[in-house]
Amino acid sequence: MLGYAGTILYVDLTTGKTRTEKLSDDVAKKYVGGIGLGMKLYLSNSKAGVDPLSAENPLVLAVGPVSGTMFPTGGNGHAFISKSPETNGVGEAVSHGTFGAELKRAGYDAVIFTGKAEKPVYLWLDDDAAQILDASQIWGKSSGETEDAIKNEIGDYYVRVASIGLAGEKLSKISSIFNEKTRAAGRTGLGAVMGSKNLKAIAVRGTRDIAVAKPDEFITMVKEFHERMKGPAAQKYRTLGTSENIMVQNQLSCLPTRNFNNAHFDNAQKVSAEALNERYITKIIACNSCAMRCEHEAVIREGTYKGTQARMEFDSVWALGPNCGVDKLDAIIKAAELCNYYGLDATSAGVTVSFVMDCHEKGILTHEDLGGLDAHFGNADALVQLIEKIGKREGIGDMLADGVKIASEKIGKNSSQLAQQIKGLEVTGYDLRCLKTAALASAVSFRGADQNRSGAYTIDLKGKVDRLKAEKGRGKLVKDAEDTYSLIDSLIICKNAKGTLYNELSDMAKLYRLVTGYEMTSEELTVAGERINNLAKLINVREGKSRIDDTLPWKVLNQPITDDGPAKGAVVTQEELDLLLDDYYQARGWNVEGIPTKAKLKELGLEEFSSIIEGKEA
Amino acid sequence: MVKVHERKFVSADPEKCVGCQICEYTCSFTKEKAFNPLKSRIRVVRVNQLANMAVTCRLCEAPACVAACPRDALTQSEDTGNIVLDKDKCNGCGWCIEACDYGAIMLHPETKVVYVCDMCKDKADGPQCVKWCPEEAITVVTSDVLAQKARIGAIKKLFQEPEEKK
Repeated sequence: MLGYAGTILYVDLTTGKTRTEKLSDDVAKKYVGGIGLGMKLYLSNSKAGVDPLSAENPLVLAVGPVSGTMFPTGGNGHAFISKSPETNGVGEAVSHGTFGAELKRAGYDAVIFTGKAEKPVYLWLDDDAAQILDASQIWGKSSGETEDAIKNEIGDYYVRVASIGLAGEKLSKISSIFNEKTRAAGRTGLGAVMGSKNLKAIAVRGTRDIAVAKPDEFITMVKEFHERMKGPAAQKYRTLGTSENIMVQNQLSCLPTRNFNNAHFDNAQKVSAEALNERYITKIIACNSCAMRCEHEAVIREGTYKGTQARMEFDSVWALGPNCGVDKLDAIIKAAELCNYYGLDATSAGVTVSFVMDCHEKGILTHEDLGGLDAHFGNADALVQLIEKIGKREGIGDMLADGVKIASEKIGKNSSQLAQQIKGLEVTGYDLRCLKTAALASAVSFRGADQNRSGAYTIDLKGKVDRLKAEKGRGKLVKDAEDTYSLIDSLIICKNAKGTLYNELSDMAKLYRLVTGYEMTSEELTVAGERINNLAKLINVREGKSRIDDTLPWKVLNQPITDDGPAKGAVVTQEELDLLLDDYYQARGWNVEGIPTKAKLKELGLEEFSSIIEGKEA
Repeated sequence: MVKVHERKFVSADPEKCVGCQICEYTCSFTKEKAFNPLKSRIRVVRVNQLANMAVTCRLCEAPACVAACPRDALTQSEDTGNIVLDKDKCNGCGWCIEACDYGAIMLHPETKVVYVCDMCKDKADGPQCVKWCPEEAITVVTSDVLAQKARIGAIKKLFQEPEEKK
């Protein structure tokens, strides 16, 4: 078995016992790796209806077949999969860095954590040797501090660590799992799942060789991708970075501003990628094996926030900036640093702050409710203070630390209309009212509101379709985009490198063949992508989700864009959403309730899970 | 025989290095047909996000590793300046590792003798890390060239307009 390590590690945190199982060829080929393999292992090792923060909910960590090789961006990823405490459906999040490569070199394709440790612990994987060690001394520390402390304790500075911060320990449902200080498996609240298991960190040292099936052809392919990464496909990432989209979207009036009260931010220039790079970006660094380095490191050298340092991307700039009406970059960078420090998903945290500001301006949360905080839109100090409170679960932060859906349920007073979330997961920085392919994709996304399950916004932004129109045909576009993204997250290639896959599926199939030696055609890989999406859907169906959950935030459905410009008046009506959903389910071969049919499961080789749809598929 | 100051070695520019570790993969693949940083003759250090640097043998003029070896297993080639190991004499004691200020000589995880950059002497196109580095951060230099570069940089700074100085 090449590419794959061939081993799955089971860690029972209740008993402290570990065991390994072989990864079968069949499972490897069917589910590829990463989120595909992880969701398969999750489904086969869990029961329906468990509390996501209980000992009964397993947490899966998985790498892909190319992890540990030098395929640019492909060598360095890892994925966490579980039931999300935010969505109560499938939770998954991918991160990059070096951790994934190290885990592969230690000899594992996946690690499954079950049960709950009595006291705070961390897992130390030293190749074959798996030990559960005491973490009481590092409990309470940030991920960065944890990493340093573990390296010191073990006495090896090349050990790689993934860990949670204070937010994960305190079971914040918007907490993430961080690795190498700046990288995060950010979304769906998996930090809280780790926290609920008293699992502070996973530290790995892997010393094995990674060999590929066809080394000479593989190296030639790597060289070709290095060349592609010097070209236009990677230019944005190499130069201004992902935050370039701030201005691009602002011009198209699809930059959600002040919690979706606007779709255009008048002060966008002040938080643009140009401003960020000019004043704060000090260094651009790379993940392991990557030839198109994109990680923009911002440093604040003077003023109130002197000494602040954070990695900045479109998502964090948007969520903490325009989305909160904040135009002060130094405060945005400080807020992002605090998210890293406490271990919060910066997107969800930013959307939570914008929700509070919206509630405050509409009189739903008073000055007193907020402990004296003047949380109007644009108040940069309030932004920083709210993130701090959420990170520590302090004061109002306690109620907010589980994201906007739960907060709005506690607040009542129709505040749910201001909660920008789908399936419980906070939205990302794309105004879905005027990006209707993206609106469909967000509604059906198995992990909840997110652009990273399909990247469908690019279909709208690039003008391949009329972005303001809901029409038949979008279902197929979204389905295909989702299947491709699921493969990217299963091989684990970076989505920022998607543009360098000139021939998406045939490039991926070739990579898979050269690394693993298994025959795999583009067509077979396409089916694997569809299989992985159906698998995710099966987890959601098992947890009771159906068409009613494939919906959009209240504002997207009810409050048209008011800004003058290309998107004025845009909204997604329920009729439009229904049309799009029908079209999508049809393209997927699912019934009108969005449930996969028996025939579809048979076609995809997922019969073993057909009991899940029993009685629901008619 | 080459004059000492013309000795060529591999050096990374910390301004350009992004910490991608492609040099490590390239090296281990070139030398051992495997992807494994532990078998690379060049290693990347990321002290923090802002400080990244690849480090390998600098072919020192008075190599401490050679001096430290009690078994005379290490010598420096008069022709190239490369550090050459007599595998039969090396017992993996690690004195050379302790002596090297740069962490450039390491104990091989399998052969249990030390290994160090040999400038890819068997490759017609020279050190493969230089060829593969996507940031062009790694180059083959002489101490003379390094001094020249430093000199030029310093003088450029001196003649910069005040507002350009940062």
